[in-house]
Amino acid sequence: MTALLAIARRDIRIALRVGGGALIGVLFFLTVVVLMPFAIGPDLNLLMRLGPAILWLGALLASLLTLDRLFMADHDDGSLDLILMSRTPLEFTCAAKALAHWLAAGVPLVVATPVLGLLLNLDATATLSVALTLLVGTPALTFTGMIGAALAVTLQRGGLLLAVLVLPLSIPVLIFGVAASNVAIAEQGTMAFGTPFSILCAISLASLVIGPFAAAASLRHGMD
Amino acid sequence: MTLTELANPTRFLSLTTRILPWLAMLTGALLVIGLYQAVLAPDDYQQGATVKIMFIHVPNAWLAMFVWGVMSVASLGTLVWRHPLADVAAKAAAPIGAAFTFLALVTGSLWGRPMWGTYWEWDARLTSVLILFLMYLGLIALWRAVEDPSRAARAAAVLTLVGAINIPIIKFSVDWWNTLHQPASVIRMGGSTLDKSYLYPLLVMAVAFSLLFVTLHLAAMRNEIMRRRLRALQMLQASKPVAPP
Repeated sequence: MTALLAIARRDIRIALRVGGGALIGVLFFLTVVVLMPFAIGPDLNLLMRLGPAILWLGALLASLLTLDRLFMADHDDGSLDLILMSRTPLEFTCAAKALAHWLAAGVPLVVATPVLGLLLNLDATATLSVALTLLVGTPALTFTGMIGAALAVTLQRGGLLLAVLVLPLSIPVLIFGVAASNVAIAEQGTMAFGTPFSILCAISLASLVIGPFAAAASLRHGMD
Repeated sequence: MTLTELANPTRFLSLTTRILPWLAMLTGALLVIGLYQAVLAPDDYQQGATVKIMFIHVPNAWLAMFVWGVMSVASLGTLVWRHPLADVAAKAAAPIGAAFTFLALVTGSLWGRPMWGTYWEWDARLTSVLILFLMYLGLIALWRAVEDPSRAARAAAVLTLVGAINIPIIKFSVDWWNTLHQPASVIRMGGSTLDKSYLYPLLVMAVAFSLLFVTLHLAAMRNEIMRRRLRALQMLQASKPVAPP
């Protein structure tokens, strides 16, 4: 347990320091949202209608951007070999690393959402529901993305492959995340918030179980 | 002949040399019978002759999912039992499965134009099959990104098993979501709703396409084994010390 805590604390500290890259995700998120009015025009009503979708896409791309840090940096400096050789079960280590990654790179995205919602003319309820869906949805993005990150690190020349492998797996998260947050901007009573939201929670919980096992399996098989 | 005896690639090659011609002939015969029956099938009172796209579309769609199932079993064989032919089977199946998925999408799109008035609709079944196609392509890219076949096999096996979650979603998407695509009508509780004049040609075509897959798969596996032998020979050649002049 102390080993897992130590790994998580170390990963968070590295990610938040200079060159760690976790906060670059937020900057990227901001840039994507700022680009949108230039692409679709500064029509505030249209922006409000597309707002949840834009925020979700931005968060998805931002979390994808930071994902390759999850194992690649450790692989480069050799600490991944130490992690693989340690007596702590690799599945738990992967879960701890993903949790640390989510705390350092995912939570800042959720915190930034209210500010970005302002730029997209979202009212308080809509912003709150987007932030809430991002809060329960981003763990799923991290934990399924971890599988791709583990595959990419064993391939050396992963690169773009990570995005191609991970994005199809994150489509369900995107569907239910946007469905739940669209409720707030739809006419009252036409749609339910609870159903897509609880499915989103279910996806997150399922990925919490599947992700570490698949990532550990591919690390164990790939790093020899 | 058990699965473990097939683990010897040489035995596999000699067995498939004997089986493949018969399998190919049987496949051809069934395809001819099925297509003949499909031509003879009556036009639908509503859809006219376009209903006959079904005889190509439905088997392709079934096979698209079935091939991923075969690959999942093969991936288990790679990761759990370390069966030497399992990763050959998984690798050979991926392009065939991608082709079936592509054909299912294209025929469905051509069928959708006169029926629904659109080539593409973002409904649950269509979208999930498109995702399946993307995952096939990603898997093929993964196979090609790694030079060493056995390492590529284990990485691909993990991804295949994770992607297998999509298969039940595709299967039940028409029941869970109320969308444009019609709900399951052949394999369902309480028997098929399809008329017999359509059901029999469809079943013949389904068997014919399954046999087509088995034939292509075995042939592709043979190619893959030969390719690996060639690679091993080339590595051996390259590692030989050069004789001094």
